[in-house]
Amino acid sequence: MSIQNTRTALTALALACIATLGHAQQPPKLKVGLMLPFSGTYNALGVAIENGFKLRVEEQGGKLGGREIEYVKVDDESDPAKATDNVNKLIKRDNVDVIVGTVHSGVAMAMAKAAKESGTVLIVPNAGADAVTGPMCAPNIFRSSFSNWQPAYAMGEVAGKQEKKKKAITITWKYAAGDESVNGFKEGFEKAGGQVVKQLNVPFPNVEFQALLTEIAAAKPDAVYAFFAGGGAVKFVKDYAAAGLDKTIPLYGPGFLTDGTLDAQGAAAQGMLTTLHYADGLNTPRDTSFRTAYAKAFKLQPDVYAVQGYDAAQMLAIGLDAVKGDIGKKAEFSAAIERAKIDSPRGTFSVGKSHNPVQDIYLRKVDGKENKVVGVAVKGLADPARGCRM
Amino acid sequence: MKNISATMRHWLPLACALALAALGPWMSPYLADFVVKVMILSIFALSLELLVGMTGLVSLGHAAFYGIGAYATVLGAGRDGGSIAWLLPLAMGSAAAYALVVGALSLRTRGVYFIMVTLAFAQMAFFVFHDTPFGGGSDGIYMYVRPTLGAIDMESRWVQFYGVLGALVGTYGLLALIRRSRLGAALAGIRVNEQRMRAAGFAVYGYKLAAFVIAGALAGLAGFLVASRDGVVNPELMAWHNSGEVLLMIILGGLGHLRGAVIGAVAFTLLKEVLSTHALVGPLADQWQLTLGLAIIAFVALLPKGLIGVAARLSPAANGAAPKLDAVPAPNAKVTP
Amino acid sequence: MDVGTFLVQCLNAVQYGLLLFLVASGLTLIFGIMGVINLAHGSFYMLGAYMAFALSPLFGDQFLVMLVAGVVLAALFGYVLEWAFFSYLYQRDHLQQVLMTYGLILVFEALRSMLVGNDVHGVKAPPWLEGSFALGELMRYPWYRLFASAACIVLALGLYFVVNRTRLGMMIRAGASNRDMVRGLGIDIRRLYRIVFAAGVALAALAGMIAAPMSSVYPGMGGSVLIICFVVVVIGGVGSITGALVASLLVGFVDTFGKVFFAELSGMGIYVLMAAVLIWRPEGLMGRKT
Repeated sequence: MSIQNTRTALTALALACIATLGHAQQPPKLKVGLMLPFSGTYNALGVAIENGFKLRVEEQGGKLGGREIEYVKVDDESDPAKATDNVNKLIKRDNVDVIVGTVHSGVAMAMAKAAKESGTVLIVPNAGADAVTGPMCAPNIFRSSFSNWQPAYAMGEVAGKQEKKKKAITITWKYAAGDESVNGFKEGFEKAGGQVVKQLNVPFPNVEFQALLTEIAAAKPDAVYAFFAGGGAVKFVKDYAAAGLDKTIPLYGPGFLTDGTLDAQGAAAQGMLTTLHYADGLNTPRDTSFRTAYAKAFKLQPDVYAVQGYDAAQMLAIGLDAVKGDIGKKAEFSAAIERAKIDSPRGTFSVGKSHNPVQDIYLRKVDGKENKVVGVAVKGLADPARGCRM
Repeated sequence: MKNISATMRHWLPLACALALAALGPWMSPYLADFVVKVMILSIFALSLELLVGMTGLVSLGHAAFYGIGAYATVLGAGRDGGSIAWLLPLAMGSAAAYALVVGALSLRTRGVYFIMVTLAFAQMAFFVFHDTPFGGGSDGIYMYVRPTLGAIDMESRWVQFYGVLGALVGTYGLLALIRRSRLGAALAGIRVNEQRMRAAGFAVYGYKLAAFVIAGALAGLAGFLVASRDGVVNPELMAWHNSGEVLLMIILGGLGHLRGAVIGAVAFTLLKEVLSTHALVGPLADQWQLTLGLAIIAFVALLPKGLIGVAARLSPAANGAAPKLDAVPAPNAKVTP
Repeated sequence: MDVGTFLVQCLNAVQYGLLLFLVASGLTLIFGIMGVINLAHGSFYMLGAYMAFALSPLFGDQFLVMLVAGVVLAALFGYVLEWAFFSYLYQRDHLQQVLMTYGLILVFEALRSMLVGNDVHGVKAPPWLEGSFALGELMRYPWYRLFASAACIVLALGLYFVVNRTRLGMMIRAGASNRDMVRGLGIDIRRLYRIVFAAGVALAALAGMIAAPMSSVYPGMGGSVLIICFVVVVIGGVGSITGALVASLLVGFVDTFGKVFFAELSGMGIYVLMAAVLIWRPEGLMGRKT
């Protein structure tokens, strides 16, 4: 080889080394796949979760664990039939490192299965299906929200102990979330000495309640526990009041009965007691600073969904910090989150072995257009994680 | 000229299948997944082609059999999984059984009634799995262990790919055989003029019911495959939107041709993908429902003969007279009732 | 179940059935007269409900005026839609009609999403219909539901009167049995179809408006009502308004009492009813034997 060629070759080699070294200084971006409902009835929830998540990342300067975050968004349309295909797009086509999602439990179940099989980290920022941290639990699956059982069990305890009710009737849609919620209430209520005399069901997402309201009136229980969300919650609370039942039989439910629906429910919901892991008027410094930051960034008031998205980002950050950004170190990543205490706007919580939040459940009362906190229903409530073999 | 194109028409599908088989190992995991999905939908579409294209029975409830096949697989597998040797017949058998009941009742009606009745029966199946504890509710159920048969394990990506490809080839072959058989000739006759067939002494109701049950069983096969692929099933598999979409596929491809069903399945799936991918259509991707709806209306209005019709129009010489009812027997064919 | 509860449940069943009748009558009219199978009919019901949501702040207490305004708007919309789209469907076979109207559903859903978003909304009943009256010491029955039933009965009677006692009704009935003959007699069949279609849309939209204060206004409400209407039309017989009335009431009763006695299977109840009718009379209770 001539001297000319050697020099060129060496320069090229040197440049290549510098380039790689330089590249090595800047860790590759962490790909976060956001699989949320960006259309359909749950659109607002999806947006709130995304906002909460991104707010936390922005607070950390756009980086978690030293790595810049790159987002890939997929609209799950709250359609369980398309769930497997959508999550596979993220895992196999876009090769994301972390998946965050979703709202609808049916979709989340498909996501959990795919994540369990591929080993990709999944953080669920809402879907409360017990199965996700139950039989489908896995070291790489976490939840930053709740299990359907939690707020329901707390309400059962409150109804029995504090409100001293003896006979209750439950009513809900006939789907997994409804069943799990009602079972949670039943457990808490019976433990507090009460008895669930009847369990009524409405096919999902039917909202014709008249016939069943008539039945409730005829049975004359001390209390009614209802699980509905969104449009169903609006209609049920209004129908309940229209049938005059709100004056004689108190209506209880998890926070979803009155969250985001008070505008539409109006006078029908005033004074109702509900339980949830978040409330308005907590007035802790952490919550206040979160709410101010959120309102400033998005010109909207945050809700429980925004908090859950925010905490999902916190959990991810904790894990990434422990492994210094190397998400391949799965065991340390999981262990770090399991050990951690997450400083959330809702209060401090941890996730324990099944990766579902162990948290305080608040008792709230509807006052005007807010669900104001009036006390703590159950402190540090953990989901029993039945069926989880971890 | 006509002989060459006729031969091509017979061997082209087989050639495509062989090409797919050869390309398999070279595909990225995502692409292989996508191809498997399209192949399963092709089997589903082919099963409907037997009903609509060959017999002239427009069913708006075909997704019920697809869903029942899928659910039977998952429920049969239970916690510990099961053997393909009994899960597959269970899936196809359950779908065929429901098809027998639905067909027996629906075939008492005709035309517009038939369409509505098949839709309603599919909804009934949907509600059974959606509302009762039998089916696990609206969130669906998991399959914890996929079906196996000795060394063949559906957990493996390769088994899924080649298994589904084999099933597709088998279904296509079976339908091609039926079409050339006495049964196929009878069905074609029923499609063209039912009254004449009855006058000629054919047991029209029996033939229609047979077609309905076979179509149901094949849809159950597609259901078994989709359950094995996804590992999770939910009632949306039986939703009437699904019935509408599979109907669209066979129209889009071209009614009356077996390859039309496959082409339609591919084209429709690609269309949906394209319309909802930001990279390809930009901000329009968020309005995919609008663009898809308009596209459907446009296709049905402008291309009533589907994509195959377009091909025929573009090359009239190669195809001679564009084949319309190529399964109608000649008047002196040896067709006995 | 005591007599009081039974009577209340009957009231519930009748109210639900009558509302269904309004929607189903439009569907069976369009079916019977023009021979078009329209999957987008549920979207007209949804249109009515969203109209109620949009118009209610404008009209305040003038509920009846709002209903009339809504009907006029819906009829206009139906008239234009028939001219622009549906008139092209008459020549096509049922399969193409099914698919094109399926595409139309997607378009309507997308437009709704773009124009009014995806939130769930409530519509308030007018103040003079708010509240409820006591039915014995058992419970109270909302005034509005009583109004809804009354309104549906009035409309049903009006429909009967128009179809059986007016010239327009005569033309409609004639067009249903033999449209070529009607055209031969010099009647503009195209304008007739347009009127019938507009009426069908208006009926469905009116049903949606009346239902809005009782059920919430949400995406997907069209789809659920559509399937049940199909069942009603099959049970009652295509093209028969009386059949639609009888079938709607039957469905109302089966659904209401089904919910009470067989909670889990209540969704299936109406399909079992349909299957039973099919075994006995495949052309529907009052359909014509073809």
